[in-house]
Amino acid sequence: MDDFIQYTINALTLGSVYALIALGYSLVYGILKLLNFAHGDVFMVGAYIGFGMLNLLGGATSPVVPVWLLLTIMVATAMAGCAVIGVAIERFAYRPLRDAPRIAPLISALGVSFFLTYSMQLLFGAEQRDYNAFSLDNGVLFLKGFDIGNVRVPLLRIVIISSAFVLMISLWLLVNRTRTGKAMRATSFDREAAAMMGIDIDRVIRFAFVLGSALAGAAGVMFALRAPASVTIGFVAGLKGFTAAVIGGIGSIPGAMVGGLMLGFAESFTQGYVSTRWSDLAVFTILILFMLFLPQSLFGRADISKV
Amino acid sequence: MAEKLLELKRVSMAFGGLHVVNELDLHVDEGEIVSVIGPNGAGKTTLFNLITGVYEPTEGDIVFAGRSIKGMDPHKITKLGIARTFQTLRLFLNMTVIENVMAAAFAHTRAGAFRAMLRTPGMRREEGEIRNLAEERLAFFGQRLMGYRWNQPAYSLSYANRRRLEIARATATNPRLLLLDEPAAGMNPTETHEISELIGKLRDEGGYTILVIEHDMLDHGVKISEGSFEYVATDERVVEAYLGTKATATK
Repeated sequence: MDDFIQYTINALTLGSVYALIALGYSLVYGILKLLNFAHGDVFMVGAYIGFGMLNLLGGATSPVVPVWLLLTIMVATAMAGCAVIGVAIERFAYRPLRDAPRIAPLISALGVSFFLTYSMQLLFGAEQRDYNAFSLDNGVLFLKGFDIGNVRVPLLRIVIISSAFVLMISLWLLVNRTRTGKAMRATSFDREAAAMMGIDIDRVIRFAFVLGSALAGAAGVMFALRAPASVTIGFVAGLKGFTAAVIGGIGSIPGAMVGGLMLGFAESFTQGYVSTRWSDLAVFTILILFMLFLPQSLFGRADISKV
Repeated sequence: MAEKLLELKRVSMAFGGLHVVNELDLHVDEGEIVSVIGPNGAGKTTLFNLITGVYEPTEGDIVFAGRSIKGMDPHKITKLGIARTFQTLRLFLNMTVIENVMAAAFAHTRAGAFRAMLRTPGMRREEGEIRNLAEERLAFFGQRLMGYRWNQPAYSLSYANRRRLEIARATATNPRLLLLDEPAAGMNPTETHEISELIGKLRDEGGYTILVIEHDMLDHGVKISEGSFEYVATDERVVEAYLGTKATATK
């Protein structure tokens, strides 16, 4: 039972990070029908921006601000920095190809992915970086927390899970309750018709990149708080975020959240009950099974035929 | 003499070697209902795509309210006051009835995306204003769009009501000129008659100038409006240009 609780908490932590990444894929795909393969690398850059802020504010052993403020600043700057990068990627790598065949922006996306990985490697080296989050305030993030039975739920996990959910709920509200959200949904359904209803398509697309990249930036910091990061983490994390988006129904926001959490559970329980070496296999087996037996995915749009 | 709201000056459109529109002259005066007629493939919908900025004419100029709109982005042209409907209905079927109309009201509101996220009091007020505007535009269609609950998805509407909703959505952009692409296509005679009356009402009560494509206009042209019938009956330019008999308009 204790194990089960422990694995569930792991699953929720991992799953919410994957869900945040998946949302970026889904937002962009929903509007541009483009698989933004550079998205995982934006996530990686987010982790590095968080690292930079941490060092700037005195490092994990002697931070100059309280821990909660430090974490907030790290996440906020990573979100802002990644948003800027996302907008730049859209502007220079995708917009010129918007009317090109769909394979062209896809290849451009792969190019951007390599560009980000290797320019980060050039700038910061290939070695692993550790936030060393355990040193923060005598390990408060890992030792404090609350107990479920014999299992301690560390503060760090509570922070990650709850802030991820806050971000996801904000996004959902934004898309469903505000006019910007309506413009996004209109654009995703019929870009040309939306333009002719006075919606500035370029702005909507840019905004999708802002949101998606900011969420990836937050996810990057959350990821690096619990495990060391290197310039190559974007590849696998991006693949998993993409998998989560696909099994949830790419283009669907609740789908990305549920897909992300499903992957988190699959990975965590395989690690716990089978072997850590099998966890990636479990994740991608789920992808294949979905492709074979439920290609319309969990929240996939039913095809609405044109009149 | 009414003011010229829209004027096409020797507009040509060619896709590669295919000349779809050839040196077309056309003008629509403020307060008019002008019909565009012609057989399939005559370039009627292309004309709408030229006016709304989907295509840029290969030659000639398009002037709206005294200003050239040639080569302008579609959303900017919409902001200047031209809105359209589509022959093959292009509602946002993933949204509710009222959201369709609200999305179109986006054009003339100021709120930026970040303010929208923060949900400032000014934002909430504006959101409320947009909803009011949408309700008002829907109410113009009387019982027809009232019978349905506005929060139902757009795909739950009947075919005829989808056509009405498209017109309601177009009016939410605050246009001066409405372009209606075969608004009665696929409708039965009763519904067609209702649409004809609606178009008259849009001009008389809504104050819109209207350019309408009607495939079988000659059959029920009288019903659409006297203005449009007279225009078609007395002015050979429209017929000529669209039947493709002669390139240049003559007065």
